[in-house]
Amino acid sequence: METFYLVLVLFLLLNLAAGMWRVLLGPTAADRMMAAQLFGTTAVAVLLLLGQVEGRSALHDVAFVFALLSAVTAVAFVRRAWSEQEKKHDSK
Amino acid sequence: MEALSLLQWLIDGLIGIGLLWLAWRALFCPELFKAIVLFIAFGLLMTLAWVRLKAPDVALAEVAIGAGLTGALLLSSWAKLRDFDANKGMGVREKNRVQSEQKTKRPFFHWLSATPVLLMAVGLGYGVLQLSPYATGLSTAVAENLDASGVSNPVTAVLLNFRAYDTLLEIAVLLLALIGIWSLEIRPSVREATLDPVLDLLARLLTPLLLLVSAYLLWVGAHASGGAFQAGSVLGAAGVLLILAGWRLPLSLAGLPLRITLVVGLSTFIAVAVLMMLDRGQLLAFPPSQASLIIFVLETTATLSIAAILAALFLGSRPDHSEKI
Amino acid sequence: MTLSDYLSVLFLLAGAVFFLAGTVGLLRFPDVYTRLHALTKADNVGLGLIVIGLAMQAESYASVGKLLLIWLLVLLAGSSISHLIAKKALQKGVRMWRR
Repeated sequence: METFYLVLVLFLLLNLAAGMWRVLLGPTAADRMMAAQLFGTTAVAVLLLLGQVEGRSALHDVAFVFALLSAVTAVAFVRRAWSEQEKKHDSK
Repeated sequence: MEALSLLQWLIDGLIGIGLLWLAWRALFCPELFKAIVLFIAFGLLMTLAWVRLKAPDVALAEVAIGAGLTGALLLSSWAKLRDFDANKGMGVREKNRVQSEQKTKRPFFHWLSATPVLLMAVGLGYGVLQLSPYATGLSTAVAENLDASGVSNPVTAVLLNFRAYDTLLEIAVLLLALIGIWSLEIRPSVREATLDPVLDLLARLLTPLLLLVSAYLLWVGAHASGGAFQAGSVLGAAGVLLILAGWRLPLSLAGLPLRITLVVGLSTFIAVAVLMMLDRGQLLAFPPSQASLIIFVLETTATLSIAAILAALFLGSRPDHSEKI
Repeated sequence: MTLSDYLSVLFLLAGAVFFLAGTVGLLRFPDVYTRLHALTKADNVGLGLIVIGLAMQAESYASVGKLLLIWLLVLLAGSSISHLIAKKALQKGVRMWRR
């Protein structure tokens, strides 16, 4: 069972690596930020799986705080960073 | 068993290479926004690395401070920089292009600044390799004195008892950063453009949750991973979320009450330090019988101050100033 | 391996498939809106299935509760943020993909 969890962790990490291409490609700021969001959710899954492997409930706390704060970061992006002035670049 | 260790090796290797790659891309990316997103991803991966190193305390701190609020602060600063450039008639992209052209023309300065960094890296690497692989460091000393510290989590015992002045100075650094921003920022803060019902609902649902998690982290810090900085950061995130949803501190609270909250952590710390100095002749040497209570008071006030400082850092300018509409 | 172990493996595998689908979608789909659609599959279903798979292995009800709470949180945050991103993209005039 432990091996299976670790295979899943490895698979999810490879997924993350592939998703990084979207950060580099863009083209809009939202695409890059969405890749970071996917990164966050995948990392939550990885943390939960690792918590199961190592039998540490502390990792559940880490995953929880992770989920809470990545939401705040994403809201900060939409409300502050992605404002009207970038319009020219995006609507081509 | 063989397959298991190979798998763990692969996972750790992937995390290590990923960290180096992200750090490299974040440093050498000409576009500032892309670099910020890469840095956020770097923080997330760093958390996983700490977990793999069996250091959940550091992982939690990295999540709360590194990956969480730093991302929001950087994105907000980026937006301010861009607006500033737009007002001056020069786009961020243009400026980046100019800057990167200048950079490529001067490789000499590149190497000049890289040399001490490389020397430092070699020195550190040498130092790490010289360490005995079975060194226990100070962990036995901490374990022996844990009973006298007033808490059962060794990390909290170190941070708030044995080396409490570290925490004191960290809070002082945060406060200084805020004083710096308040002194330099002359423009009024941005009023959120439109109020969004979905965001409003999200803020209403998440804020109580953030308060609860913050209190939980503060409480759990005495015997497991958690503590003032993590709790303060989560509480500060609640403030950031409310600011983003368009809420502002009422003016009656934005003056003196806010300032008292900002300094209460540091001043309590200093007051305790001075009292202990007078009582026992040593800075921050707690009597074992009262250590638990003292640490609780210090952590609670520190949490409040850290949260207030982080939220104020995000807002940028003094909240008692009038806002730009 | 008991029956619940097999079921748990099944849920975890299904979750991993949704994460893969989310990543492939993020890389292959043509515009912001469709990529947003792919992203939320990983957020909602992928993490949900993994949480269910792990909850079947959990030792106490408290940890099942924590797992479910994490999932609910990600659901709430993910859907709200998708809405905000899509609305902002429309406001900013990001073009929709047409065949």
